[in-house]
Amino acid sequence: MAFTPHHVTETSPRGSSAEFDVERIRRDFPALAQKVHGKPLVYLDNAATSQKPQAVIEAEEHFYRRDCSNIHRGVHELSERATKSYEDARVKAQRFVNAPDSKEIIFVRGATEAINLVAGTFGRKYVQAGDEILITAMEHHSNIVPWQILCEEKGAKLRVAPINDRGELLLAEYEKLLGPKTRLAALVHVSNVLGTINPVREMVESAHRKGIPVLLDGAQAAPHLKVDVQDLDCEFYAFSGHKLYGPTGIGVLYGKAEVLDAMPPYQGGGDMISSVTFEKTIYNSLPYKFEAGTSNIAGGIGLGAAVDYLNGIGMESIAAYEDELLAYATEEISRIPGLRIIGTAEKKAGVISFVMEGIHPHDVGTILDQEGIAVRTGHHCAQPLMERFGIPATTRASLALYNTKREIDTLVMGIQKVKELLG
Amino acid sequence: MADLRGLYQEVILDHSKKPRNYRVMEGADHQAEGYNPLCGDRVTLYVKLENGRITDLSFQGSGCAISTSSASLLTETLKGKTLDEADEMFEKFHALVTGEAEGGQAGDRSLGKLAVFSGVAEFPLRVKCATLAWHTLRSALKGEKVTVSTE
Repeated sequence: MAFTPHHVTETSPRGSSAEFDVERIRRDFPALAQKVHGKPLVYLDNAATSQKPQAVIEAEEHFYRRDCSNIHRGVHELSERATKSYEDARVKAQRFVNAPDSKEIIFVRGATEAINLVAGTFGRKYVQAGDEILITAMEHHSNIVPWQILCEEKGAKLRVAPINDRGELLLAEYEKLLGPKTRLAALVHVSNVLGTINPVREMVESAHRKGIPVLLDGAQAAPHLKVDVQDLDCEFYAFSGHKLYGPTGIGVLYGKAEVLDAMPPYQGGGDMISSVTFEKTIYNSLPYKFEAGTSNIAGGIGLGAAVDYLNGIGMESIAAYEDELLAYATEEISRIPGLRIIGTAEKKAGVISFVMEGIHPHDVGTILDQEGIAVRTGHHCAQPLMERFGIPATTRASLALYNTKREIDTLVMGIQKVKELLG
Repeated sequence: MADLRGLYQEVILDHSKKPRNYRVMEGADHQAEGYNPLCGDRVTLYVKLENGRITDLSFQGSGCAISTSSASLLTETLKGKTLDEADEMFEKFHALVTGEAEGGQAGDRSLGKLAVFSGVAEFPLRVKCATLAWHTLRSALKGEKVTVSTE
């Protein structure tokens, strides 16, 4: 049963604004107004998850208050409303990454599940003993472990393209590693630790020259950059809703229709079938073939609202504002003596990881927390990358569209306090 | 900042910057590695025993101020103690940092210098840092070969 949406309602809170009014944007996010340990919250842990605008919270609430029902099968009014909202959200996600068709948008739990889906279906079908999967040295664990599991099962080999000390991919090395046995290149678009923006368009091109399909992990890219999967020409693109100002537990796998069509299903269950007898099951068409069981309906609708919200501001203005903020933060933070920024690539998104001489990140995190500043400390689910830089952990401040220069100043003062206390 | 001063007391800062008994021990009777995957803290403890008494104790590793000073003070405190005394100390220390000690934050006077960790009780996220070395010691004494994880 294929559902075709006829009309998509856009609930954008404002037209595309010429001017980026951060104070107005901050008022859209209820969580930002609170105090933590008596200090105004400075939320700089956006690469872990972002705060949610009122529009997203309301969209989820509206579903549970008014439209709650199962989708795609009910004949009643509520089911029709829920189905429409959910499928509208799929179209919004499609347009957000400029996918050619909404059936190429598979709703999953997040980028992690998206990658696992590809490893478990595409990987299971096409990867044989002796084959290779190519990743980079700056992958998140979620773009390492699914491939390790696959390689172990198949007797295949995981190859890793190296990076330089600034945290930039060595493109020549990457190209050398694209070989006749490479079945897939699974590459991070933006590093969650270093902030490096990889030249993924060129990387896809080099892979395609050798007939190798590419999956891009866009978990950290989608919230900050304009993503165009047709321009990138990647076979797969994965991202999470919760880093995109949307709800947790929802994300997207984009896949080229012809590639997805040729893949076996991911999980068996309801919604992914078109007919079942005990002898044989006929699978549903895209995207439902990959969406077994009742989906995260509220999450999907919330993600749609998040996309509307971002479109209302415009991804280009968001990227420009965040770039300016990153430049300011980098300058201010790198001025602190005894502090070293990890990840100094020429092209970066709003992530600043740093280490301090003689002071462990965990202690930095605790002291900053007392100042109301939320940062992440630890290995950021990228242990091989920590090893590459010879450090056990970093402190990471990651920016979002609602952060301000004033907050960066508060962070810098917080770091000074850390030094006073522990230095 | 009052809370933070309570957490990062002078003794703790001193031991984190200049950890005591920080060395690999040749010919240790027992040793074990402890690991906190959340923050990457690692500690290896080495123990020498004679007739049920700890005659030498040392450690190596990398970690935050709380976990390093805790390991350092552990080695200082438990040297010369019997296994039973060490066990009792662990129970008291654990009660102190989790805020379950009788007599509130002042804790048990028999804890001696370890009482400086009373501030940890106000920072539940840091309890694992304070107890990592202690869990590792327990595992070393049991002769377990596996790495102790806080998770």
